[in-house]
Amino acid sequence: MDTFIPAEYEIQRNYDLCISCRVCERQCSNEVHKYDPDLKKMIADTQKCVNCHRCVCLCPTHALKVVKNQDTYRQNVNWSVQTMNEIYRQANSGGVLLSSMGNPNDYPVYFNKILVNASQVTNPPIDPLREPMETVVYLGKKDVELKRDINGRLVDNLPPQLKLSVPIMFSAMSYGSISYNAHESLARAAEELGIYYNTGEGGLHKDFYKYSKNTIVQVASGRFGVHADYLAAAAAIEIKMGQGAKPGIGGHLPGMKISDEVSETRMIPKGIDAISPAPHHDIYSIEDLRQLIYTLKEATAYQKPVIVKVAAVHNVAAIASGIARSGADIIAVDGFRGGTGAAPTRIRDNVGIPIELALAQVDERLRQEGIRDSVSVIAAGSIHSAADVVKAIALGADACYIGTAALLALGCHLCRSCHTGKCNWGIATQRPDLVKRLNPDIGYKRLVNLITSWEHEIQEMMGGMGINSIEALKGNRLMLRGVGLNETELKILGIHHAGEAM
Amino acid sequence: MKRIYVNESRCIGCRLCEWECVFANSGLDAMFKLKDLAAENFAPRIRVEGGEKAELNFAVNCRHCEKAICVQSCIAGALSKTGEGMVVIDDKKCVGCFTCVLVCPFGAIMPRADGKAAQKCMLCTDNIKGEPNCVKYCPNGAIVFEER
Repeated sequence: MDTFIPAEYEIQRNYDLCISCRVCERQCSNEVHKYDPDLKKMIADTQKCVNCHRCVCLCPTHALKVVKNQDTYRQNVNWSVQTMNEIYRQANSGGVLLSSMGNPNDYPVYFNKILVNASQVTNPPIDPLREPMETVVYLGKKDVELKRDINGRLVDNLPPQLKLSVPIMFSAMSYGSISYNAHESLARAAEELGIYYNTGEGGLHKDFYKYSKNTIVQVASGRFGVHADYLAAAAAIEIKMGQGAKPGIGGHLPGMKISDEVSETRMIPKGIDAISPAPHHDIYSIEDLRQLIYTLKEATAYQKPVIVKVAAVHNVAAIASGIARSGADIIAVDGFRGGTGAAPTRIRDNVGIPIELALAQVDERLRQEGIRDSVSVIAAGSIHSAADVVKAIALGADACYIGTAALLALGCHLCRSCHTGKCNWGIATQRPDLVKRLNPDIGYKRLVNLITSWEHEIQEMMGGMGINSIEALKGNRLMLRGVGLNETELKILGIHHAGEAM
Repeated sequence: MKRIYVNESRCIGCRLCEWECVFANSGLDAMFKLKDLAAENFAPRIRVEGGEKAELNFAVNCRHCEKAICVQSCIAGALSKTGEGMVVIDDKKCVGCFTCVLVCPFGAIMPRADGKAAQKCMLCTDNIKGEPNCVKYCPNGAIVFEER
């Protein structure tokens, strides 16, 4: 807390409605609300409020709202309030600024500047409620040579594939950064939906091995929780080279989030900050990456696809080409808006490129080099809706990862305070009293609902285009048109401007 | 018979159930009208055990015991069991001796706010009707109303 900085938000309590039930007080881990016995009413210390909306949602009489504090400095377009406050914070602490979740700044969201086509007259739209509409996709290497045995029968030499009922998966969020109950919700939802969730770099809790056929395990630079059983349990293994929210740097899990169980799962000491290095210390080239990929494949008898996840950076197309040639089965590209449990603010807000541009370039480059079929591509980094999924697939993705959207389904209100470990919604915390607030029986159903509704929407949008399978939509950029984009942006995205015909 | 059960691993100790109970029994049409309720008149029929910042919280209300000791101990015949098995109280018969309060092993019967009779959870059959209010508004699905 810094005395130079006024409260960012203000809690407004309608005293005509407040019954002093003190639910807000009990629910606030930041200790904002308090019952004052002298005044005989509830009071609030707005300075501590992070605007997570837990109190607002649980207030039984709807007496609360959180508003932006109208308090203002002298107007200055050059020095924004946020910039000034950041300087005060750093002058106070001497430290690197930390933030959570995705980049909140006003950069263009290209998905919102892309429009989707529909069929009219010359080819009929398809009604997904009456006609078959295929949303199943298989992720993995597909360009294998056809081989026949001595009797002329086809030899099944297809490398391992991941089968998804919908082209959406839950992206990597580690146990440690998020809670046990959040992981349970993700795992159970993935199982019910026939998709996959991703352990992130925090290992796999012993209770969740039973969901292993819907689990992607991650091997990151810290190697937390990586052992033979962990690899053997998974449906696929992901090597995390980078993360969209913080390209070029590693991870930092604060010691207070490392409880007994997290410590056991990650195989690290309790209560001490867990640092994953920026690079994998054994990977300095594509050849080194190939060694790790084949080490993991060897360790799992070539039964599991290996995913390589990279952040979307300036040379991402060339990097993806290298990854495709290094033996990876799937490449995950994470755009600069992707979320995180904690990242240095400067990195989160200034490093990386938008997923739409990166994805279009990766797909284009792999096609040009004739190796598009040797890998599948997953797009990640702020996929907001079913429409974004459709657009991403038309830009060339095989499937999408959703992280932030999944957390929102569990109750997250994007207060971006994950790094404090005091998540009032029971998601990004390890405090047992807070973790309890996320009931996985409710959480997993909300996730199932979210993906099911997106599936319906994807089918409707595909049907409108007269397309009846994800396969036919993949890389189908003629279905997309840009609005308000300049020549360069259109060229990078490989799409025409709205109004231009084929 | 359907009963109210509480899953202590899900109870977050917010005490909304207590307020929803008081509201259901208040006869008021909007919850904010409880605003002027004096603290001594706050008498919910469900109580959350475990104080603030306790490791474990769980709500407790009448278990509707098979052999209800409260019914056996009632000197006025105010407590009885319905055919279905619900323990009910007839406050017109209750003389306020509170023997039931003493004998209930769960602390689930308590004096009414005015102190003139005992009160207990009757699964919201005696007030709002329908799904019990504590169950309906438990924000974490910790309180359920089901057959077991």
